[in-house]
Amino acid sequence: MSAESSPKIVIVDESPIRAAILEEGLREAGFTRVVHIREMQSLLARIYAEDPDVILIDLENPSRDVLEAMFQVSRAVRRPIAMFVDQSDAASIQASVDAGVSAYIVDGLKKERIKPILDLCISRFNAFSKLQDELDRTKSALEERKVIDRAKGILMKVKGLTEDEAYVLMRSTAMREKKKIGEIAQSILTASELLK
Amino acid sequence: MTTPLHIGFIPLVDASALIVAVDKGFAAAEGLDITLTREVSWSNVRDKLNIGRFDAAHLLAPVAIASSLGLGHVKLPIVAPFNLGLNGNAITVSPALHAAIMGEIDGDPRNPLVTAQALSRVVAARRKAGAEPLTFGMTFPFSTHNYQLRFWMAAGGVDPDEDVHLVVLPPPYMVDSLANGHVDAFCVGAPWNSVAVDLGVGQILHFVSDILVRAAEKVLAVRRGWSEKNPETLAALIRAASHAAQFIEQPDNRAEAAHILAKPQYIGVDAEVIRRTLDGRLKISPDGTMRESSRYLLVGREGAARPDPAQAAWLYAQMVRWGQTAMQPDALKTAMGVFRPDLYDAAMGQPAKPGNGVDAVGAFAGPAFNPDDIAGHLAAFTIGRWKP
Repeated sequence: MSAESSPKIVIVDESPIRAAILEEGLREAGFTRVVHIREMQSLLARIYAEDPDVILIDLENPSRDVLEAMFQVSRAVRRPIAMFVDQSDAASIQASVDAGVSAYIVDGLKKERIKPILDLCISRFNAFSKLQDELDRTKSALEERKVIDRAKGILMKVKGLTEDEAYVLMRSTAMREKKKIGEIAQSILTASELLK
Repeated sequence: MTTPLHIGFIPLVDASALIVAVDKGFAAAEGLDITLTREVSWSNVRDKLNIGRFDAAHLLAPVAIASSLGLGHVKLPIVAPFNLGLNGNAITVSPALHAAIMGEIDGDPRNPLVTAQALSRVVAARRKAGAEPLTFGMTFPFSTHNYQLRFWMAAGGVDPDEDVHLVVLPPPYMVDSLANGHVDAFCVGAPWNSVAVDLGVGQILHFVSDILVRAAEKVLAVRRGWSEKNPETLAALIRAASHAAQFIEQPDNRAEAAHILAKPQYIGVDAEVIRRTLDGRLKISPDGTMRESSRYLLVGREGAARPDPAQAAWLYAQMVRWGQTAMQPDALKTAMGVFRPDLYDAAMGQPAKPGNGVDAVGAFAGPAFNPDDIAGHLAAFTIGRWKP
């Protein structure tokens, strides 16, 4: 796809990581004219200056309402801009809302040309949330690891146990009380804090 | 058996009937298990209602009408069987613009015609001096805020499309934008006017009840198709919202209501600020000046919750006046049909009653509003994009 025939795409997203993931995907797919707007101040003026064919915005962004003003008859807009997801596109609009992204296109751009952009957008947004979830899970697993290690240290010191014995004691207590080992470890930390 | 319902809202004080219905158990008492989802934009609320992620929503009254007419977006018939709030907005100006308007004032500054005429002189003076046009923030193209600002300034001779800039700003950004000079004034709902005053960056010039005595602000909106398939659930939802509205309007309950609304998952601002809104007792100036109005925000009292199709007609007339759509008798009928007092009456078990026949809007300028003659009504206004 030559630079001229590639539609110009503006990504409005305050998350630099998600925007980068999306931008990379678009470039790989041959969409070379991609601009990322992070700053919400004077958003419309910046969009008019870029004069894009497609605008992608995340649904967590309150500035989505600002874009709605583009539909108004106004002297400021050279070309009216319409929402891509029209009546016939129920599946598309549902997939994009669930992924957390919305697309606007400039009137006149062919629908066949937009579909791959939106599909890519949806898959990248979904990939980003999956990544986010994994990151959150990893973070909390790491936190739990730290708590268990500290609790182990306390048991070893107070009860004169080896590291393995301390761990086995916590695990068997957790099983007996039908709790997670992390919770038992946390109560050991809390108790030791109180008994200081 | 309980019915699960998903309802979207924007964190504003006029979502209070829905929030209190859930938090105080009025919804559960009607057999409804409501999950409230806080949203960040009206576009999101509209789209999620549209595709069925929400069964019902706290929605700008003009958006319900615009969606039903297919203006600006996908056409989707909406019905509004319950008004969540009448009035409730205010016009807040920067200290500099306030001083400029007061410098040009000729009469009682509480009279919106007097302030609009003063604004007109400020605008003329700025043009003569080669200054940038003033910028006014509002919340959405199809919003009462947009129409109230336009109606007010046009009455004083200011053309909102030619003489000033009107820009859409998300409510949470209003105060910052006023503080950093991005806008000179804004029209927004509670609590944002009070927040601007408390921070010393704004002065409340008017309550919108100065401009219109009764303006349908937010509605409880559902898809028309959904309302036809779920009449009993809808009736239960109307009753739950009504009980909550009555609870909120009891002065003895206001402290508790404000405390509920202040929770972070709901509106998330100081309970005291919310209390001022519910009481209609607002600090209007950083110097501590207070102003009280019994009409600041009506949640259910004085029959506010019962939708009045004449108010839908007024909103449609504004869309026509400002060039958002062309005048069409069928469209007017559709717009009025969005507001459904019949569904309200049926849910509340009260006999249907005809309209009260008096001016349903009570605007400070122009002739009394007659929904049967919108063309004649609009002809009385010289500023507008509408051509007969």
